[in-house]
This record gives sequence, structure tokens and C-alpha cells, in this order.
Amino acid sequence: MLAYLARRVLYTLPILLGVSLVCFALVHIAPGDPLSSVLPPDASADLQRQLRTLYGFDRSYPEQFAIWIGRALQGDLGASIASGRPVATEVMRAVVNTLRLAVLATAIGFFLGGLFGFVAGYFRNSVVDKLASMLAVLGVSVPHYWLGMVLVIVFSSQLGWLPATGAGPGGSSDWAWDWAHVQHMVLPAVTMSVIPMGIVARTVRALVADILSQDFITGLKAKGLTGFGVFRHVVKNAAPTALAVMGLQLGYLLGGSILIETVFSWPGTGFLLNSAIFQRDLPLLQGTILVLALFFVVLNVVVDVIQSLLDPRVQRS
Amino acid sequence: MSDALVEVRDLKVTFMGGARPVRAVDGVDLTLARGEVMALIGESGSGKSVTLRQLMRLNPERKTHVEGSIRVAGEDVMGLSSARLTHYRGAEAAMIFQEPLLALDPVYTVGAQITEAIRRHERVSKADARARALALFERVRIPSPERRLDAYPHEMSGGMRQRAMIALALACRPKLLLADEPTTALDATVQIQILLLLRELQRDLGLSIVFVTHDLGAAVEVADRIAVMYAGRIVEEGTARDLIRTPRHPYTIGLLKSRAHGALSKGSRLEAIPGSPPDLANLPPGCAFAPRCPLAADACRAAAPPALDVGPGHRARCIRTEDAAGLLMTQAA
Repeated sequence: MLAYLARRVLYTLPILLGVSLVCFALVHIAPGDPLSSVLPPDASADLQRQLRTLYGFDRSYPEQFAIWIGRALQGDLGASIASGRPVATEVMRAVVNTLRLAVLATAIGFFLGGLFGFVAGYFRNSVVDKLASMLAVLGVSVPHYWLGMVLVIVFSSQLGWLPATGAGPGGSSDWAWDWAHVQHMVLPAVTMSVIPMGIVARTVRALVADILSQDFITGLKAKGLTGFGVFRHVVKNAAPTALAVMGLQLGYLLGGSILIETVFSWPGTGFLLNSAIFQRDLPLLQGTILVLALFFVVLNVVVDVIQSLLDPRVQRS
Repeated sequence: MSDALVEVRDLKVTFMGGARPVRAVDGVDLTLARGEVMALIGESGSGKSVTLRQLMRLNPERKTHVEGSIRVAGEDVMGLSSARLTHYRGAEAAMIFQEPLLALDPVYTVGAQITEAIRRHERVSKADARARALALFERVRIPSPERRLDAYPHEMSGGMRQRAMIALALACRPKLLLADEPTTALDATVQIQILLLLRELQRDLGLSIVFVTHDLGAAVEVADRIAVMYAGRIVEEGTARDLIRTPRHPYTIGLLKSRAHGALSKGSRLEAIPGSPPDLANLPPGCAFAPRCPLAADACRAAAPPALDVGPGHRARCIRTEDAAGLLMTQAA
């Protein structure tokens, strides 16, 4: 098991290198001058050159990449051009906010999706199945920024139950364990949970239907198991795949839904990316993408390991 | 017959799922004495597996229409309450499946699956259940049984898996063992071992076995009596000896002749039954075998032949059994 873990972690190294290369390249391929947003239009050529040297934009791309990676390995992602603050701090604050939202949304989505999926899979082609499947399709296909706005209109504007925007009272973006902060999370988390809910529901439905049609279910019945006894086996058989899907969904949500975070002014990674793009803040953009990609890779390793723990058929050696 | 363990009367099983109802089993009568081994043989789709599964009510009940009666150890299986049914399944009757890799849950160890069955039916501690599972593994001669209990199904060889499956079936000391093509998925050498093991267990434990196969050789090896099924009916039934030596139904004779027994000399033709099995949703009015039968007469096509006694304990559903005997002769010639 340890060897498997070590090997799996080792495999991620080339992936990480590739990921960093791609995100460096993407940012630099994009048109536009990063300095144009901070320099006044009438800045002298001398000043432009000075700043260019300061940020290292005058060097060749390979050089820039090497310097960036070298510093990133030491935890230094450079400073934001727009705000001057260290990118690492900015990104981590946003990641924590998004993580909170993503974990809650995934939890809601996984619970509801699993529930709908199981019910639909168990009662295939019944009315309940049709209903659950319809909800799942709705979850995947409804534009979530629209859903977010509708929820805001209903629960904030009309009913006044929940705050419409922000991560905390008074525009605070730091977490605290109190009711006010939880209230702020409800609407964005529910909006976000709709996507994993739909996908998990459809996956689980297909899984359960497939498992129930397998011979070993007859085998279980033949030894006298019924209801819950059989259900236990179905759950354990469905769990590895369902968890893998959930892990991937969490990964996607970690990237922060730009649309949802914008609708709710949620100070997360999506929001950060959005502003970095509009301000042509290259170090911030680069750093954010790198950190998110890193999270995704790590999450994949975790999912793989969990899956190999749950499913004895996954080769460990 | 007071010593009958299984009595099936006029069993009819119809699947309602598709566009047209399919009658997979069409009036089967079966009597199995205690300690007797019966083989049900036939082609795919002849209804042998459906009959077997119905003995444990394992056909999907919502989509299946069942008529007739099944009594096992004096109990009416079709009328069992769901609580009694779960006791009956596993503790009175148990089943071995064709492909143990598919019939065992892949994510539980075989040991866990056996202890689960034991604890489902009896109030015993986990440790006691495991001790019994270990004893069962020794009984079915699985090497290094202690270690094998913790193996997953995919970690075992085919023969070993089938032994584990047999151990699982015997876990709660059933009286009736139902075996659904238990050797079909195995290598030829392993097949013999499993058959001998089944025979041995049957003698030692006084089991009654209904054994479904399409392998006549396997049937002769273990069975006291053989019933040949065709299109949902038992067309001939008798002792293994009678059936092999003096078959009376043209279909049985066809099966016997189409075996490649011994070394088939090079260049000689393997005899086969012409045509293919009938569509169960669209059976002919008379004898279902008539379209493929060399002896079929107008009377055969008009009405389904009744089961006629052709010897002591030997019955055939054929009106031309006299001529059928002659059919066998042509083989010798």
C-alpha cells in the first residue's frame, strides 16, 4: 500500500511540471500588455522599460518560466501587479473561501444526488425514477447563474430570509463560526450544489441499475438476504465509482464557478480569476491557475487512493 | 410418496416483460426423493434454469407469472410468507451458480460472505461463524483455508471459487442443493473434481440435489435420475442408466448421438439435431420438437403428446416411442 502511494505521488511530478508549463504558456499567449493597466497612458518609454525589467518581462520566456517556477517552489508566486500584494496570500485567502463553498456544495450535491440516484436505480422506470431523473437533468442543464439570481430574488429580495451577496456581514471575507457567516453561505452553496447533484444522481442511478442486474444480487437473495441486507452490498459496490465522481466534482467546483461567485460577490477563486483577467494581472492569474491545478492533481491522487482502499479489484501492486 | 423432498406439480412460468409473454416453463412435474440427485438437461432456453430458480422463487416476481405448485419438505414454496421465504432460502435450500466470479459479491471477501450467510440464519458470534466458515473451506478442500477466507473472489482460481461457492451454499446445512450448471465455466479437469466433490458431499450430508446442465457426461457422472427438458417441458425422465441405454424420446436420442464420445475418428461426421430450438413466444400447437423430429407425423403436430410410461420410473412425452427405439439402432449400424 505504501509503495502504491509513493508511486502514485511520484506520477504526479511530471503532471505538475506539465500543468505549470501550460498555465505559464496560456497566460503569455493571451494578447495584451500586462503593464498597460497600471501605467498611465502617457508614461515615458524609460519608465515602461524600468517596470518591464522590474517584473522581469524583458527576459526570454524560458528564463521567465525558470525564475517563476524556481520561486514558486519556495512558495513565492510573486506580487500582484494591480494590488502589489503577494500572490500567494491573495490566492490562499480566495482558495479557503472557495473551498468552504465547494465542500458544502459537494456535500449537499452528493447527499441529494446519491439519494435520487439510489431511489431511481432501485425503482427503475417507475414514477419516482422519472421524477428523480428529471431533477437530475434539470440540475445539469439549468444555467446556475440564472438559478442563483432567482434564489436571490426569492429568498433575499422577496422573503428577506438570507443575505444576497458577500461572504460575511459588512463585506468581511474571513470565516468565523457564527450564524451570520453560515447564512451567507447558504444561497451560493445551494446554487453550486445543483451541478454535482445532477451528475452524481445520474451516475448513481446507472451504477445501482447495473449492480442490481448482476448475478451476485441473485446470489445474495439465494442466501436469504432481503431489503437492507442487499442494500448494504449495493452501496459498497457503488461507493468507489460514486466517490470518484464526487472527488472530480469537488475539483471542478474548487476552480470556483466564476459565474456563481460573481452573482454572489463571493471572494473566492472564481472572483479572483475574473478580476485578474480583466486587469491583465499576469502574476496573479498565473499563480491562481497553478494553485488550482495543484489542488486538482492532489485531489485526484486522494480519490485514487480512496478508491483503491474501497475496491479490492483496483490493482495496488 | 412420503420420502419425497421436492414435489413440483404442473409448474408454468411465464415472463411478462417483453412485447409478448414468453412461457419458459410449460407444465413441469418433478419429484425428488430425499438423498436423490436429479439432473435437468437441455439446450439453452429449454427452461431448465428457470425451473431451478423457481424452486427458490428467484425469478423476478413482478415480471413473472407462475402457476402450479412447488412443495419442498412439505412446505408450499409458492405460498411462503416473505419471512419464511428468507429462512427457506439458504437454510433449507441453497444454490450454486454457473459462474462464481459473477455470483459472489466482488467487494467482500469470500469469508465475509459465508459468515454473513451464517449470521443471517443463526444467532452465532462472528468468531463462531468464521470458525464454521473455516471448517467448510476444509470440507470442500480449499488449500490453506485460513488465508483463503480473506481472499476476494477475483483473487481465486475458477475451481477454487466454485469450491468457495459450494462452501457458501452449505453454510446453513440445507437439505436441498440446487446447482445451476456448476461446472460449465470450469476447465475440463476441474469439472471432474467439482463433480466428484458434489457427489461426495451429497453422500456424506444426505443432500438432495437438482443439477442443471447441458453436459450429458456430467449428468451421468453424478445423477441418479435424469430429466431431459425441451421448450419448457420435461420430454423424457428416467434413471440415468435407462436414459442412456434405452432412450425413448427422439430428442434424447438426438442428444446422445450428437455427443463426440471417445475419439471421433478423423473424417467422420458429428451427428447433430437439425434446426434450432423453437421460439417460446410462438410455440407450435403440437409437440414442440416435431419440426426437428425425423419421426414427426401429423398426429404429433396436432396435439401435444402426453407423458407416457415406457418402463418403470421411465416416462417420455412422445407418441412414437416404439419407432424411436429403432432410431437409436441406426447409430450402431
